[in-house]
Amino acid sequence: MSNTDTSQSKTNSQTFVQRFSNPTRFMAWSDRLLPWVGGLAAVVLVVGLYAAFFVAPPDYQQGETVRIMFIHVPSAWVSMIAYSVVFIASVGFLVWRHPLADVSAKAAVPIGAAFTLLTLVTGSLWGRPMWGTYWAWDPRLTSVLILFFLYLGLMALRSAMEDEQLGAKLTAVLSIVGVLMLPIIRFSVNWWESIHQQASVVRTGGPSIHWSMLWPLLVMGLGFSLMFLTLHLMAMRNEVMRRRILGLQRARAGQRGTARLQVSE
Amino acid sequence: MSAFIAVLKRDLLLSWREGGALGTALGFYLVVVAILPLGLGPDLNLLSRISGGVLWVGLLLSALLSIDRLFARDLEDGTLDLLLLGDLPLELVVAAKALAHFLVFGLPLVLLAPLLGLLLNFPLGATGVLLATMVTGAPAISFIGAIGAALTLPIGRGGLLLALLMLPFFIPVLIFGVSAIEAAVLGPASPWPAYLILLAVTLASLVLAPIAAAAALRLQFR
Repeated sequence: MSNTDTSQSKTNSQTFVQRFSNPTRFMAWSDRLLPWVGGLAAVVLVVGLYAAFFVAPPDYQQGETVRIMFIHVPSAWVSMIAYSVVFIASVGFLVWRHPLADVSAKAAVPIGAAFTLLTLVTGSLWGRPMWGTYWAWDPRLTSVLILFFLYLGLMALRSAMEDEQLGAKLTAVLSIVGVLMLPIIRFSVNWWESIHQQASVVRTGGPSIHWSMLWPLLVMGLGFSLMFLTLHLMAMRNEVMRRRILGLQRARAGQRGTARLQVSE
Repeated sequence: MSAFIAVLKRDLLLSWREGGALGTALGFYLVVVAILPLGLGPDLNLLSRISGGVLWVGLLLSALLSIDRLFARDLEDGTLDLLLLGDLPLELVVAAKALAHFLVFGLPLVLLAPLLGLLLNFPLGATGVLLATMVTGAPAISFIGAIGAALTLPIGRGGLLLALLMLPFFIPVLIFGVSAIEAAVLGPASPWPAYLILLAVTLASLVLAPIAAAAALRLQFR
């Protein structure tokens, strides 16, 4: 990726962030960083999975089912981290008009949606033996479902726009509106749950988790975060390359068009 | 201020002369509410219990039905360009148009709701609360919906997409509206807390939604 870097001569006048966010430089440093982050993610995940399945004791109430938690909780964390990334990148894109910020936002949305879906699926698989039902209208489940809808909306809006630039800007606006609305939605869902009193299974502020289960969970959380970082970087690189190819194709089509015009003349 | 009223008047007049769309919205509301008992069964106790929620969901869907055209007509005939260039801040233009949408669609739908409540055995004693929550919440539907209308404007017929994008944002309005009704019908809690939070959500949306919608519009015309 070390092709002619015209911006290299100007680096002295650029700030730290600018230097790292130049697309060409991004491709260079992400290329070097990616194997390390990916490798680290793999190692941490192997350790975490081993600890989750073989080291951590079964819960005295939930039995072996508790092991779903080691996948479920980290994916829930990542689903929120991903939305924070989308939000920060969107603000960065709208304020500074930096194309790489949009690349970051665009790349993070499907990954976040996938982890949100993973949270929902694992939660519902855990709910079946524990609650006797795949789905309960628990406020946390409902909030995650709504987060999933927000991700779907972001993807749908972007894919519906013919003009890619415009789609990027409007998606950024939507993600910011979503961040402002999320706390209100969360509050309203909690309220809604409090008036429809069911047998609440999820203990809010219940007994704290024992260390023998906590550390595998934290390792898994770290592993999932690193996995997200890896996937995000890979998706960003793909997007940058896609845009370059698109640009090259357009340039070529333009040349052909003018050539054909000259021939016909 | 006079420019704000001029935009409001213009939108009201256009909707009045055009007609049609309001009839569609009212008819849709009627059909949605009427088709539910056919799916759920005619148990009046059940219908009575869920009637507040059904009326609210129906109101939400019926009001959203028409909001994707909020800016589309003005985009087609070029008025939107003039409004963008005009002296009136775009935020206020959006607010005037959303207010017109509430007056033309929201208010008639709200007034139809108690009548439809009869079909669902809605407790008559709670009609006042029903109307109060709906009059309070319907402006929020128009104003938050305006964000969706602005976001989906370049797509043309973006009605379904608008619903997909915006429905999650109406959850607070729906929850507090229905909660106030349920508290009034079932007790023992007072309907006031839920109603006041609904009012707060509406007031916040009156201020914030035009800013978001105007930002989305400006980005399209740069």
